Amino acid sequence: MFRNQYDTDVTTWSPAGRLFQVEYAMEAVKQGSAAIGLRSKSHVVLACVNKSNSELSSHQKKIFKADDHIGVAIAGLTADGRVLSRYMRSECINYSYSYESPLPVGRLVVQLADKAQVCTQRSWKRPYGVGLLVAGLDESGAHLYYNCPSGNYFEYQAFAIGSRSQAAKTYLERKFESFSTSSRENLLKDALFAIRETLQGERLTSSICTVAVLGVGEAFQILDQKTVQALIDAFEIAGEEAPAAEGDAPDQSAAGSGPTTDQGPPAEPDVAPMET
Amino acid sequence: MLNFATPVSPCPSLLDSSLLFPVSLRVIDRKIKAHLPTKAHSQVSIMNMSESVQVTNNLTNPEASSQRTLYPYVTGTSVVAIKYKDGILMAADMGGSYGSTLRYKSVERMKSVGKHSVLGASGEISDFQEILRYLDELILHDNMWDDGNSLGPKEVHNYLTRLMYNRRNKFNPLWNSLVLGGVKNGQKYLGSVSMIGVHFEDNHVATGFGNHLARPILRDEWKEDLSFEEGVKLLEKCMRVLLYRDRSAVNKLQIAKLTEEGMTISQPYSLKTFWGYGAFQNPTVGAEGSW
Repeated sequence: MFRNQYDTDVTTWSPAGRLFQVEYAMEAVKQGSAAIGLRSKSHVVLACVNKSNSELSSHQKKIFKADDHIGVAIAGLTADGRVLSRYMRSECINYSYSYESPLPVGRLVVQLADKAQVCTQRSWKRPYGVGLLVAGLDESGAHLYYNCPSGNYFEYQAFAIGSRSQAAKTYLERKFESFSTSSRENLLKDALFAIRETLQGERLTSSICTVAVLGVGEAFQILDQKTVQALIDAFEIAGEEAPAAEGDAPDQSAAGSGPTTDQGPPAEPDVAPMET
Repeated sequence: MLNFATPVSPCPSLLDSSLLFPVSLRVIDRKIKAHLPTKAHSQVSIMNMSESVQVTNNLTNPEASSQRTLYPYVTGTSVVAIKYKDGILMAADMGGSYGSTLRYKSVERMKSVGKHSVLGASGEISDFQEILRYLDELILHDNMWDDGNSLGPKEVHNYLTRLMYNRRNKFNPLWNSLVLGGVKNGQKYLGSVSMIGVHFEDNHVATGFGNHLARPILRDEWKEDLSFEEGVKLLEKCMRVLLYRDRSAVNKLQIAKLTEEGMTISQPYSLKTFWGYGAFQNPTVGAEGSW
């Protein structure tokens, strides 16, 4: 995409029928660090890469709990993500107050999408620069949705967003058919493997990733570092370079090969503050 | 002090002089206001005129200008409901009383709500109709989502609680006692909400006189997993007592059955009654000369 005369306003169409500002907002999502989600019939796992700017600072929070039965992982402008998760929490608690019942995640996702759409049709607004992976429960079981800045939303069995997410998507595409009936532990394992794919050979430790899980009968919780490290060790996911098939994952043979990088974000110091 | 907290006696309000006295003046007010130009001073003079009238008005009848619910007019009497093996059974007679007159005899006081619930109401019938309108809108929006989710009886009960309580807080209650029952995904639910927002769930509930006459019977004779026939017999027993002892009861009732498949409501029918008691045959036996 190059700069052109139709990209100044979100309310200006291009002759080809595109809204460039909305597309640029989707680009912002690709610049954020990776977040992935996958689900079975009863559980959903969210995981993300959390790198801090420097050794001195803490990393940015990318996974938020909206309610006991809904959680969200974000990629892109974290500030926008924080505002939207506050909106989600508010909606969840208001519904609970009126109906003494958890808000079905499918409805929350539609409300979020409608909120995002508004920003694509007002001249005094800009689209939210954040992609949301919403994990939640409703009457029919566990669900994973992806909400775009454009106001679209899709349901997924597994998905990855953010920088170098293509590597994770490739891994997930190979394995997603088994997710529906996966156990909670296997889902966690696959999530961590997918995260490792995005690290491009870097060593996976619990200090650079965050994992959260939710399921039927299990409230949404972000796993603490020790638990995550234990999982990494147990499944021997850490890996270095291009690891061959690990002991308990015989179908991992090709997993370790260097992932294709189609998004190598140029680190410009003067771009809008985003997570690395 | 508003008098809605005092015992109900609807008729007097209709004969209140307040309705006779200020109506004509109110009409005059509006006509004057319509014709005069909207200049500040002319409005002030109009206001002065109506103000002086209203001062007298407020002294003689402080509630004349109130737009809030003060007392009920057309009321339904008790609703009784129980959980049984397959779901919920609810009974209510079809009477709409106008004070002490048993004026309307075909009032349906139980209505289905969405796919999973049934609502029975006692109290002001027009307020019940208003509640049905609210619920209609609620269910409509719920259906418009067109996803696999639907509001179950628990959600509707809670919504009604919020509705009743919020109206009570504005001193403008919906003058009803509601019974909300339903079955969803095999779970039976039966709850009650009063006009001030008191709500609870139980295996058997009743409103109005039913609280005093039916619930003791239910406490003794209700058990888990009643069959349909047993349930109906139990409800009829309660309704018969109410028919004998509640002066606003009429002998024309309906029984609503709510199961996972949906709601069916019976055709109106009457209960057999027995009046051959000695005290009725010879009422004055203990006090000659009385009647």
